[in-house]
Amino acid sequence: MLDKEGIAKRIAKEIKDGYYVNLGIGIPTLVANYIPKGMDVVLQSENGLLGIGPFPFEGEEDPDTINAGKQTITILPGSAIFDSAMSFGMIRAKKVNLTILGAMEVSENGDIASWKIPGKMVKGMGGAMDLVASAENIIVAMQHVNKAGESKLLPECTLPLTGINCVKKIVTELAVLQVLPEGGFKLLERAPGVSVEEIEAATAGKLVIESDVPEMAI
Amino acid sequence: MLKVVSSADEAVHDIQDGMTLMLGGFGLCGLPEKCIAALVKKGVKNLTCISNNAGVDDFGIGLMLKQRQVKKMISSYVGENAEFERQLLSGELEVELVPQGTLATRCMAAGYGMPAVFTPAGIGTEVAVGKEIRNFNGKDYLMEMAFDADFAIVKAWKGDTMGNLVYRSTARNFNPVMAMAGKVTIAEVEELVEAGEIDPDHVHTPGIYVHRIFKGENYEKRIEQRTVRKKDNA
Repeated sequence: MLDKEGIAKRIAKEIKDGYYVNLGIGIPTLVANYIPKGMDVVLQSENGLLGIGPFPFEGEEDPDTINAGKQTITILPGSAIFDSAMSFGMIRAKKVNLTILGAMEVSENGDIASWKIPGKMVKGMGGAMDLVASAENIIVAMQHVNKAGESKLLPECTLPLTGINCVKKIVTELAVLQVLPEGGFKLLERAPGVSVEEIEAATAGKLVIESDVPEMAI
Repeated sequence: MLKVVSSADEAVHDIQDGMTLMLGGFGLCGLPEKCIAALVKKGVKNLTCISNNAGVDDFGIGLMLKQRQVKKMISSYVGENAEFERQLLSGELEVELVPQGTLATRCMAAGYGMPAVFTPAGIGTEVAVGKEIRNFNGKDYLMEMAFDADFAIVKAWKGDTMGNLVYRSTARNFNPVMAMAGKVTIAEVEELVEAGEIDPDHVHTPGIYVHRIFKGENYEKRIEQRTVRKKDNA
């Protein structure tokens, strides 16, 4: 079973040289720490930056320089700053190669719910609806089951949707799964020490197992 | 040009109860904090505020919420504010949640003189309810209307007496698109210079969009999430 860092590490392997990548808040933010050295990857922050750098050194925080999670950051050489309309323009125009975000639920046809629990939590969708509606390469990073032990990989989402038919891949603490165009979660990899049976038990949606499922190499 | 005003109080003097305001900023970054303070002091009520976030409990638009000056918030993310959540759940405050890109684009449309834009964001979700959907090249898009705001209030790093604005770092965010979108646009700046001192090639917002400009003093620029790394593990 993977911890959050492990999920981030596994997702980092999906990033290719030359990619522009948008990382959501939470586990996706951790992915930045595992991008292989020497790889040319530019991180997009939807508040208007291409080229997110590491956190600043203590005492060097700049209140004018933050990421989409409102954390103080630094800006790498070769970066560009732009306004919010252009930021979502480049997202809508599919210039961003990979989008990694969190979710509360994903359905077997790739619908995602991530922004609202009616009567309990209303924080808003932020940029997530724009991202999932336009991005072609979307990976969800999340826990396989919620705090109540219920599967978050479902036949249909029960919470208000963020987008439809959009998630391509899911990485959880148990597995890597692909959302099939015809519907269903195809099991691609098992987390170290996790059996197919455990993944089956934690997946409420249709799980497609084609052959021997390899253990992840991290 | 008679755009330069002496203070935030003068800049917001004719903002009336019931008006619609756009307020620049992303979280507390690039926030027009001097005008917000002036609006709190002025005590105008029943405002509709279009802003990406709703501030925190004791800073930004949160200060206006605390005084019950806001009737309706139009935002994309409001998760940082307990008073906001309380007013929302008790029904005291009306809220329209809008995807962030749609929010920016509805500002942009107003600034470019376009009545509406088409975006795929929100298709298949509750955001699409009651909206016109058009199919272009096999994909569905929502028709989203340009905003109509009485005032846009923005924060820039530097401005000149012609109203030309330059922003700094990610404090740019919504400010340029909102500056273009108000019937009246107020800009507060950290540095106010004479016309000619900003290279025309470096202007982010042309002065034609800006009606009033003033220099704010002693910016607090509060940080929402202070994240740092230690020198020894660099």
